[in-house]
Amino acid sequence: MNNIFVYIEMEGGKVADVSLELLTKGRELATKLGVKLEAVVLGHKLADIATELAKYGADTVWTADDELFVPFRTLPHTAVLCGLIEQEKPQIALFGATPVGRDFAPRVSSALHSGLTADCTQLEIGDHKDPKTGKEYKDLLYQIRPAFGGNIIATIVNPDHRPQMATVREGVMRKEYAAKPGAGEVKPIDWKKFVKDTDLVVKIIDRQIEERKIDIKGASILVAGGYGMGSKENFKLVHELADVLGGEVGASRAAVDAGFTEHARQVGQTGVTVRPKLYIACGISGQIQHTAGMDQSSMVISINNDPEAPINKIADYAILGDVNEIIPKMIKYYKQNSK
Amino acid sequence: MAKQVPDTRNVGKDAMTPEGTVNRAALPAIFNPEDLNALEAALRLKDRVEGSTVHILTMGPQRAADIIRDAMFRGADGGYLLSGREFAGSDTLATSYALSCALKKIAPDVIFAGRQAIDGDTAQVGPQVAEKLGLPQVTYAEEIVEVKEKSLVIKRRLEHGTEVVECPIPAVVTVNASAAECRPRNAKRVMKYKFALAGSEIAAAPESPAAQRAAAKEYLQIVEWAAADVNPDPEQLGLTGSPTKVKKIENVVFAAKEAKKFTAADEDINSLMVELIASHTLG
Ligand SMILES: Cc1cc2nc3c(=O)[nH]c(=O)nc-3n(C[C@H](O)[C@H](O)[C@H](O)COP(=O)(O)OP(=O)(O)OC[C@H]3O[C@@H](n4cnc5c(N)ncnc54)[C@H](O)[C@@H]3O)c2cc1C
Ligand SMILES: Cc1cc2nc3c(=O)[nH]c(=O)nc-3n(C[C@H](O)[C@H](O)[C@H](O)COP(=O)(O)OP(=O)(O)OC[C@H]3O[C@@H](n4cnc5c(N)ncnc54)[C@H](O)[C@@H]3O)c2cc1C
Repeated sequence: MNNIFVYIEMEGGKVADVSLELLTKGRELATKLGVKLEAVVLGHKLADIATELAKYGADTVWTADDELFVPFRTLPHTAVLCGLIEQEKPQIALFGATPVGRDFAPRVSSALHSGLTADCTQLEIGDHKDPKTGKEYKDLLYQIRPAFGGNIIATIVNPDHRPQMATVREGVMRKEYAAKPGAGEVKPIDWKKFVKDTDLVVKIIDRQIEERKIDIKGASILVAGGYGMGSKENFKLVHELADVLGGEVGASRAAVDAGFTEHARQVGQTGVTVRPKLYIACGISGQIQHTAGMDQSSMVISINNDPEAPINKIADYAILGDVNEIIPKMIKYYKQNSK
Repeated sequence: MAKQVPDTRNVGKDAMTPEGTVNRAALPAIFNPEDLNALEAALRLKDRVEGSTVHILTMGPQRAADIIRDAMFRGADGGYLLSGREFAGSDTLATSYALSCALKKIAPDVIFAGRQAIDGDTAQVGPQVAEKLGLPQVTYAEEIVEVKEKSLVIKRRLEHGTEVVECPIPAVVTVNASAAECRPRNAKRVMKYKFALAGSEIAAAPESPAAQRAAAKEYLQIVEWAAADVNPDPEQLGLTGSPTKVKKIENVVFAAKEAKKFTAADEDINSLMVELIASHTLG
């Protein structure tokens, strides 16, 4: 009762990063509220999973281990989560804002008639006074999220319905081992009583999933190229600069669409959210859909031949000029000075 | 299902307040982009299944009838406007409840929605409607591969690949931006349907020629329902029916923070690199 649930998403037999990020945040919230952190895993061959989740602070690990749950299908997942939530009555339930989380968390919330806040960038505990009734609530979950294409930031609360449900995008929160590991006590879910035959009506006929090879999220230095790089050939300069600086390569959607580089490198609203120590935007104009994925970077350098480019508004350093001239100079002077 | 939304993607200078925030009321109202992809998916299904029809359902103020007309110009047969004060302040749950009440009455075989609306940005309404109606769902649909008598075979776009599923109908299908673009408005259809009006639009000026024309021709009438027309539980509508409450809204300030400026000159790049190394930004 009253604990915090984190739905653990499995990706090719491994725990998705976003789930570990949520456990890290969940641990912080659980400690503050003085309740338990409970991980919920639906998958197959989950033998050692609890050890890993405990490191991130999970006190309890609920498991439903069966072939039925891989690959993910909406209805069986929804049935199990709804059943378990009704049985255990957590006060908070967190999901990754991944294709999976955004597919079934809304269904769970709809079935349980509890609110769901999408794509939160911050989660905090705080008090709330209803402006109309004056009723006071203690220790609610503040669910903070951008909306309106990133033009506003809303703080959303869910005063009267439980659980308070939220989704969070990958890479938005930090992932860290807990100061003190959780007990990681495994509790099997009696899922057969929740899943009905009618939950199996959708059949998966074919799946083509590529392994995720490129990971730009973890990079502390990201050199990103945009449409202004001009060609696939010129885009190699972005790779050269990243190599020299020990960073990774990112891109804008226009660069990806133009075929300069692969989609896995796309930063932004429909790509990856990053927060590196240093972000170098080369020939990127800085449209809101792009900056939504990188404006949390500690430092931003823009290289652009247009002094009015919106990226310059969020940049700490703006270099005005041609990328093809500037990037080689940056490489040269970095090498000269770093020795 | 389609929603009229403020165009949050093209925030021009005139939509900015002096404080550097976005004046939402100044943004033009448009057809939610992914709902146009959904409309196209529905029209393609209609092209394949003889005798089928496509209708738009939208919940919103009277002016949301614009997107129903727009859809009719592109090939839809008609539409339903769900409108009224009772629906104000709905979160996604109350929105999906209201839409599901209307859908129970309409009882379509396939319900298409966009993946996500560009204002609320949640992508929750489609799945929530499916749950309220007890229907299976297929999210991120990119293409209907095969139409069978009692099911659809659909290709979905996932983060790192694709998946093909077979789903029995009735079902809810949410359509991704990567699906086919919507066909353009057809000039003949524009001529035919530009005088289509919703009930309250006719009532607002009953004597006008446009209203009289619409009143005389059934195909020019957009069905308009108030809350009472869809038999809802009033407790589940609008603000009352919304578990989530907006506690606070902060406008993001886009006002410029001054960037330190450099040119392409060698001295400039050199001093920048020296500064970054000295501050340990570069190791
Ligand atoms: C700043 C802000 C933040 C918000 N955050 C949340 C939140 O986190 N959780 C929450 O529950 N609510 C939230 N809301 C409320 C939410 O925006 C509204 O309930 C909205 O009506 C539906 O959500 P959406 O725009 O996200 O639609 P989505 O769920 O993104 O829409 C998906 C699809 O559903 C269909 N659809 C959606 N609305 C309609 C409609 N009115 N008529 C016909 N079809 C429709 C369309 O096909 C659309 O493409 C927020 C509102 C604001 C202003
Ligand atoms: C729903 C939606 C989602 C989106 N999601 C994303 C997303 O996730 N990520 C994303 O990045 N975009 C996204 N976009 C697209 C986004 O709106 C922009 O179109 C895109 O980011 C532009 O990419 P760009 O800056 O590389 O190209 P452009 O806007 O074409 O900018 C090129 C820039 O390079 C400069 N330039 C040109 N030549 C040179 C040169 N020789 N030297 C120096 N500078 C030069 C130009 O001045 C210009 O500023 C999305 C759009 C929509 C509608």
